[in-house]
Amino acid sequence: MAGNEKLKLGLYWAASCGGCEIAIVELREKILVIDANCDILFWPVALDFKYKDVEAMPDGHIDVCLFNGAIRTSENEHLAHLLRKKSKVLVAFGSCAGEGCIPGLANLFDRESIFARAYLEAPSVDNPNGYVPQTTWQMPEGEIRIPTFYNTVKTLRQVEDVDYIVPGCPPQPPQIWNVIEAILAGQLPPKGSVVGATDKTVCDECKHTRQEKSVKKFYRPHEMIPDSTKCLFDQGMICAGPATRGGCGALCTKVDMPCRGCYGPAPNEIDQGAALLSAVASVIDADTEEEAARIVGEIVDPIGTFYRFSLPASLLHRSKLEARG
Amino acid sequence: MQKISIDPITRLEGHGRIDLFLNEEGDLANAYLVIPELRGFEKFAEGRPVEELPRITPRICGVCPEAHHMASAKACDAVYHVEVPPAGKKLRELLYSAFYVADHATHFYILGGPDFVMGPDAPPAERNILGVIHKVGLEIGGRVIKCRGMAMDIVGTLGGKTIHPVCAIPGGMSKAINEEERAQFEAIAREEIDFALFTLQIFRDIVLANKGYVDLILSDAFTMPTYYMGMVDEKNKVSFYDGKVRVVDPAGQEFVKYGPEEYLDVVAERVEPWTYLKFPYLKKVGWKGLVPGKDSGVYQATPLSRLNASDGMATPRAQEAYEEMYKTLGDKPVHYLLATHWARLVELLYAAERLLELCTDPEITDPHVRNIPTEKPTEGVGIVEAPRGTLTHHYATDDKGIVTKCNLIVGTTNNYAPISIAVKQAAQALITKGSVVSEGVLNRVEMAFRLYDPCFGCATHALPGQMPLEVRIYGAEGQIVDVLKRNLG
Repeated sequence: MAGNEKLKLGLYWAASCGGCEIAIVELREKILVIDANCDILFWPVALDFKYKDVEAMPDGHIDVCLFNGAIRTSENEHLAHLLRKKSKVLVAFGSCAGEGCIPGLANLFDRESIFARAYLEAPSVDNPNGYVPQTTWQMPEGEIRIPTFYNTVKTLRQVEDVDYIVPGCPPQPPQIWNVIEAILAGQLPPKGSVVGATDKTVCDECKHTRQEKSVKKFYRPHEMIPDSTKCLFDQGMICAGPATRGGCGALCTKVDMPCRGCYGPAPNEIDQGAALLSAVASVIDADTEEEAARIVGEIVDPIGTFYRFSLPASLLHRSKLEARG
Repeated sequence: MQKISIDPITRLEGHGRIDLFLNEEGDLANAYLVIPELRGFEKFAEGRPVEELPRITPRICGVCPEAHHMASAKACDAVYHVEVPPAGKKLRELLYSAFYVADHATHFYILGGPDFVMGPDAPPAERNILGVIHKVGLEIGGRVIKCRGMAMDIVGTLGGKTIHPVCAIPGGMSKAINEEERAQFEAIAREEIDFALFTLQIFRDIVLANKGYVDLILSDAFTMPTYYMGMVDEKNKVSFYDGKVRVVDPAGQEFVKYGPEEYLDVVAERVEPWTYLKFPYLKKVGWKGLVPGKDSGVYQATPLSRLNASDGMATPRAQEAYEEMYKTLGDKPVHYLLATHWARLVELLYAAERLLELCTDPEITDPHVRNIPTEKPTEGVGIVEAPRGTLTHHYATDDKGIVTKCNLIVGTTNNYAPISIAVKQAAQALITKGSVVSEGVLNRVEMAFRLYDPCFGCATHALPGQMPLEVRIYGAEGQIVDVLKRNLG
């Protein structure tokens, strides 16, 4: 960043879907601006087998590393440690790295049940030998190794020191551009900040009009056709908007679908699910406690709904692991 | 035994690695494409409300989330036994066609295309999108970025988000479009058709006019006869959003044509202990290991497979392009793997033409885009043709529509066995008696899997920089005798 040297930028993905990379492609013509100003070390830092090459870099060689994806395997964790060491600034980029995201719902289960479903029980499975993947396997020609699949999905912050968080599933391109501009200008805020987002909630960006608490019954999205002008939450759809940090532009509600919370907890909230639960309580129009309990009790899959994107980062973190012999 | 690791080749739900083992003579004994990651969607879908799966399962792949979104919504329609109104169905297909335009363009110009446009032997530093822009000109490069972006704008308008859209729900779409939006979409569609025609012309000028490239396409190392799978409409024309799945044998004869609910009769997935990814194959032919041919259940599900498995394209200009391809390369089915790139451009044109058809459909602005499900939810299968292969979602629920079981056969997964074979073939042809053609191995082995446009690849190649590869050659004692690598920054 100093002098006229180009910024050394890295982008690594751990357990992720690739949507964070496509979000960068969605910068469109601005990619050329990044190219003009940065040396992009995308792949060199992405290599599990290039550990030695990355290890050979001086510590802090990479100026800014945008790390997306959660920590699902031993390999993901190894790279998190390595890239922390080699990067001056490590950014948890996107919901997986920051909160655990949707793949973090796997924390409601454990490795054994996930393997059993994928490799033994699924109806299309053909597995006469009852194999599940092994970290080392001796083939006739030699040994093949694969990383360990952990029981628990962790966020980047749970395994390494993180400088900044860019929320979103994926981070929206205009917000990514804001972050890139701040990086290029050397104007990043204090360490630990959430960047590429607002200090308000999704509701502040939403065009639907809020009324007052009025919900007698909650509806699932396929059960009702909402009024496009009014608040979806007020109409009885669980909407994570009030519990979620702004910055996305309320894109889901633009097409009349409720927010599910991909931008993470609203500012000053620690636990997004708890914040959403309190928002739910605030929209219910019940005369008695029993009625309130009935209305709330009709909500299906509260954990998967309230913690859709944030289970690994939440106070719950995961379901209890049974001791296995 | 010697071991060579090409590492990392790319990722699929993570990363990937090729382990090549040589025998005592120094020839290839075997090749293993190892996929070292899993995320477990089939398990954690359990307990979720089924209508949420169209928003959950796209996180399997952020490169083709639209495909998961649509397959999932179709599975939900089936679970709820609800019929989607015509305008809802057409809007879904409109979004999907726009996505195909963007996705295929991304692949040609950014991922796979540079191999051809720049040439397989071009310096690695030039074999990327910027190299392409440099070669074809900044103006054209700008047009590529613009046309890809406009197609994504359609996805965003309908889907809320361009990546991980949210609009398809059981019974239809969350929102209709108005005339103003329709007119914008139509203008985009017209431009996309020109763009597709122009892209095919680039392919002719740069690839087909170059004997070296054509020889490479026709070479044995990149020829592999297998069964071919692809979705077709009622006239057996290529279809992406809806239809039946047709499979032809290596001679081009129809082997089976099946609807979503029959998929378990046709496809099974082999589990191996050395990789996290399963190997789908045709059940009735059987799993014979990683071998091609008529006696092996291995099939391909790629753009070329779809053309091979069909009787042509449903739109006029794409049909012309289709005929030109087969006229040039020979009778169907074509087994030249690298022709997949050409087939992808034929599909690009089809997607653009289909997009225009839908944008000018009088029904497309009909506000009735949803039916509220009224039946008791049970079980259902949804299939779409994802750019990287036939995509199957299968859900079972309880009476409340809470998922009890979920099974997924994902686009690229279909091609796990053929990619493995293709890589082995390419390596076999290029490594003999322990001698390794350095850049040739690196580029051409890489080309063998890149032509499949594996999900992980697009994104990684989207930006400047070439995928670094490393070939490690181990001597008989296990000592490293040579290391070939490139582009390690």
